[in-house]
Parts: sequence; structure tokens; C-alpha cells
Amino acid sequence: MPQTRPAERSELPGIAQRLRRHIVTSTTAAGSGHPSTSLSMVELLTVLYFGGVLRYDPSDPQDPHRDRFILSKGHGAPGLYAVLAEAGYFPTEELSTLRRLGSPLEGHPNMCRLPGVEASTGSLGQGLSIGLGHALAGRLDGSGYRVYVMLGDGESEEGQVWEAFMYAGNHGLDNLTAIIDHNGYQQTDAVDQVQPLEPLTEKLASFGWAARTIDGHSLDEVIEAFEWARTTKGRPQAIVARTTKGKGVSLLESAPGKWHGKPLPPDEEAKALEEIGAAI
Amino acid sequence: MTLGLTRVDLPKGAATREAFGDALAEAGGADDRIVVVDGDVNNSTYTYKFKDKYPERFFNVGIAESNLIGVAAGLAGAGKIPVASSFSVFLLANAYDQIRMGVAFPNQNVKLVGTHAGISIGEDGPSQMGIEDVSLACSLPGFTVIVPADGPSTAAATAAMLQREGPTFLRCGRPSVPVVYPGAADVHIGKANTLRDGDDVTIIANGIMVAMALDAAEGLAEEGVEARVVDMHTVKPIDQNAIELAARETRGIVVAEEHLAYGGLGSTVAMVVAEHRPTPMAFVNIGDTYATSGTPEELLTKFGLTPDAILDAAKRVLKD
Ligand SMILES: Cc1ncc(C[n+]2csc(CCOP(=O)(O)OP(=O)(O)O)c2C)c(N)n1
Ligand SMILES: [Mg+2]
Repeated sequence: MPQTRPAERSELPGIAQRLRRHIVTSTTAAGSGHPSTSLSMVELLTVLYFGGVLRYDPSDPQDPHRDRFILSKGHGAPGLYAVLAEAGYFPTEELSTLRRLGSPLEGHPNMCRLPGVEASTGSLGQGLSIGLGHALAGRLDGSGYRVYVMLGDGESEEGQVWEAFMYAGNHGLDNLTAIIDHNGYQQTDAVDQVQPLEPLTEKLASFGWAARTIDGHSLDEVIEAFEWARTTKGRPQAIVARTTKGKGVSLLESAPGKWHGKPLPPDEEAKALEEIGAAI
Repeated sequence: MTLGLTRVDLPKGAATREAFGDALAEAGGADDRIVVVDGDVNNSTYTYKFKDKYPERFFNVGIAESNLIGVAAGLAGAGKIPVASSFSVFLLANAYDQIRMGVAFPNQNVKLVGTHAGISIGEDGPSQMGIEDVSLACSLPGFTVIVPADGPSTAAATAAMLQREGPTFLRCGRPSVPVVYPGAADVHIGKANTLRDGDDVTIIANGIMVAMALDAAEGLAEEGVEARVVDMHTVKPIDQNAIELAARETRGIVVAEEHLAYGGLGSTVAMVVAEHRPTPMAFVNIGDTYATSGTPEELLTKFGLTPDAILDAAKRVLKD
């Protein structure tokens, strides 16, 4: 039975810092990729893998009883790779091969090439349905595993997302947790300019989900929210995480609409790493 | 002997997606029935140029491709000329039944323009690559399918598509591509352009493979083989006449495309050849596999889309 692999609470900020550094350095080295998308979910990933939430075993990534984490917003791959490396799925040195020919760290996650990746994503809107399938299988088999799916707020404009929300809510799949990285921006504009999602928690509640909004950069609130999700019975749970796109790097934070899908240029890297701080 | 062209260095120049965006913005001034429907990628597809000029005729429906296509179908039903644009894979693969029921079956005048086609998008990797798109589009009854080679011919194809009634898929790429039509290009939908004459072998290509076909023909000429190069920019309706002439006047046909093996240009040409004038053929394409991440040049080389691959294929058909 895979176990959670919690770090001390005091270690979590340092882990988050390391993830941020990996995200910046790997995308800058690649010369492409989505650092701002990845930076907004760092505390969420940190708590999932190191805050006692996910039960997983990097030495047995296919254990049928493992909890699943699916990155539906697949362009956040640099964030996923950073946390998988820190969790021990592969050496952190490999992060520098991001997007290179031959590397399993493709531009978007490929489950056939990298252990720990639960779904091949990159075409937005599909991960929640896949998570729903895992959740249904878990219930069918009487296995106690839980399924966590990370979605973007722009991604939540896809109809398929709401098809999955509707089914999971109607069928009371309480082993399924959706996390919406509500960073306020999509590719071309602010979400509010393109397709406002509000009132989001109310919508989700009306679809049969237990839903709450949190500060997605507060480790304490994130820890609390996952505990709430785990102990909620009878309904799937949605954590709407208010976040900042590009969190931790002021240049990226200053113009989230402009920086989507763009790595920091090499001459901005040192300053960004200084802002993030040295890993503890 | 080979050319040593195992790698292709794509020179700086217009990307076909950018030429499309410019031509679309220009056409918008000539016909106010033209409207654009976007799925949150207008800065990637270059439809932002239309948006900047005609914001009231531009609709970003968000990341919602099925809805995008349905909206375009409705706009067409109301007399508009909608250009529905996104990455080709998200249009064709994500919203296929909406295209089938909303556009193809009722024969609506919707123009689908898919960018980021092929493996030459590079580092973003397989999930973003439209490599089934030509096959999917060609499968739809009544559809016109165009795969232009360079900037000038994309501009001409965009204008021709907008002036012509009927459902159409125009396929564009991400990277800069060599110019094969210096000056303005003549693009008549359904009529292939012969870019180089020759009577030993014919290379039929489209998209970025046209420039490579011309390179390969240079190499073949050095070895005394005269290759005809045909830009088959329209895959459907295919120019049967050009294919029959090639089959009759040259000793074999090579078809080169940046697409999977099944259902694209190669299959379409082979069908004409088999029925009307069987002749030796060879195919240069991605094969039957998804790609990986890498630079565009690395991927084109790894998946065998090079002038050398075309040259070798030409020699193979001549040996038959
Ligand atoms: C089906 C589909 N349509 C379009 C895209 C192109 N695309 C990639 S990221 C993105 C914006 C995503 O915004 P959001 O979900 O808010 O993620 P964020 O980067 O803000 O975390 C778009 C439109 C895609 N990958 N998939
Ligand atoms: Mg967002």
C-alpha cells in the first residue's frame, strides 16, 4: 500500500522554493515552455506531494492502490516535472533536458515516457474526465485510492470539463478532487475578459460538488483544503485556488497576459532566482 | 551519392500562419461578411490582426472548440463568412462531430483555418501537432482541403478560399518557411502548380515539403535525373489531370507531405494513380507514429522529412 511521504511542515516553503527554481531554470534552458502557468500551482503541488496528501511510491509508480494526480492543464508540465523530480521519480539533473530531443520531459506530459505521469495531456479540457474514469474504477474495485485533477481557469471554459463535473456530482464520487488553478489569465487575455467563470463555487455546488475558494499560495490554507477534501463524504470536492500567474517572479507577475507560454530570457534568470530565494 | 541534406535549416521568412493572418485582415476590408471565431489562440494564429482592425466582427469564444465550430456554423447559416481558427489539431480533432454535423453535412460556408500543423512546431510536442488533420478534413464529403507551401501562396490561398463558396480547411504551419513563390503566387483551388519540369520522375508535395522537393530535384539534376516538382496545394478536390500527366510522362511518382501516412496527400494521389495509370510510387511522410519534442529541424530529420529522403525515394521508384 503506497504511503504519503510528508515532509516537515517547516520544510514546505523550501520545497516550494526549489520547485520555483526548477521551473525557471528548466524553461529558460529550453528556450520555450510555460513558467508562469507552472509557478501559480507551486504551493498546490508542494502540499500534494510533500504535505501528506498523495500516497505514492516512486519505486512502484504503477501500484494499483496509489493515489492519482492528473495535470489536466498539461502546459504546466515544467511544474509537474519539478515536483516529480523532487519526489524521487527521476534525478533533478534531468530537468535540464526539458523539451529536448530524446528527453522524456516533453513539452506536454506523456504518460508513455515518464513514470509518475498519470495522463497524457496538452489538449485542454480532458483531464477531469480521465480522473473521473480512475475514480469510477477505484469505486468499482473497492480500492481506497483518491484522484486529484488540476485544471486551469481558462481550461474550465471547455464543455467537456462541465460534462465531467456534472457526472461526478450526480454520482457522488467523493474519491475525486478537482483543483482549479484560478490565476485569472488564459492565453490571450484575462479570464474575466474572455469568459468570466464567476460565481464559480456556486456553479460547482449546483453541479453537486463540495466547493470552496482558498488562497492557493498559503501553504496553511492549501493543507487545510486537502484535509477538508479527504474527509468530505458523498460528494466530489473542488478547491478553487486563487493564485497569481507567474507567482514569485515579479517580471512574470507584472504582465501575466504577456508572459503566457514564454520562458524568462537568460539575462532575467539570475534576478528571478534571487527573488525566489536560495533553496533551504 | 546523397546531397548531404540530412538536416533542413529553415531560413527566416514568413510563416504560413502569419501570411494567413495578414491576408485575412486585408480581406476583412473588402467583404464585411467575413467574421472570425477564435478559441483563445489569436496571438498564435495571427487572427489578432483581423481583431485589431475589426473587433466587432471578431469573437473569442474561449477555450471551447466544439462551441467555436457550432458558432461558426450558425454564423454561416445567417449569411456570414466565418473563419474558424485555432491550432489545426484542436479544430479538427477536438470538434470533429461539430464540423461533421454543423459544417460538412449541411454544407455550410465555414472556413476552418488550422495553424501549428505538422511536427515542425517543435518543442511543444505531440499533443499540439496536427498530423491527422488532412486525413480528417479529406474524409468529410464536400470539403475543400488546402495545404499551401509558403507565405505568398498562403496569402493567395486565403483570398481564393474566402471568395469561393463552400466548406474549406486551410492548413498552416508555425515556423518560418522558405519562399517557393517569389513575388505573388497564383493559387487556383483544385489546380496544381508545376514548379519545375522534368520527365524522369515526379515529386508531388505540399506544405513545407515543396521547398524540400525543389532541393531534392536540384540534387537529382546533378546526378542526371530530371525531376518534375508539383505543388499539390489542394488535396481535395485533387488535380487528377496533373497526376495522370505525371504518371504518363515520367517513370514514377514520389509524394511528400508533413502528415501521417494514412489518409493524406499520398493516399489521395495513390488512389488516382491506381485507378487511372498505375506507376511506381514512393511516399515520404511521418509514417504511423506520434512524434516527440525537439527542435523543428531535429524532428524533421528524425522523422525522415528531408530533401535527402525525397531524393532517395525518387531513386527507389526509378529502380522499380
Ligand atoms: C484544446 C486546446 N485549445 C487550446 C489550447 C492552447 N492553449 C494552451 S494554454 C492555453 C491557455 C490556458 O489557460 P489556463 O487554463 O487558464 O491555464 P494557465 O496557463 O493560466 O494556468 C491555451 C488556449 C490547448 N492547449 N488546448
Ligand atoms: Mg489561467
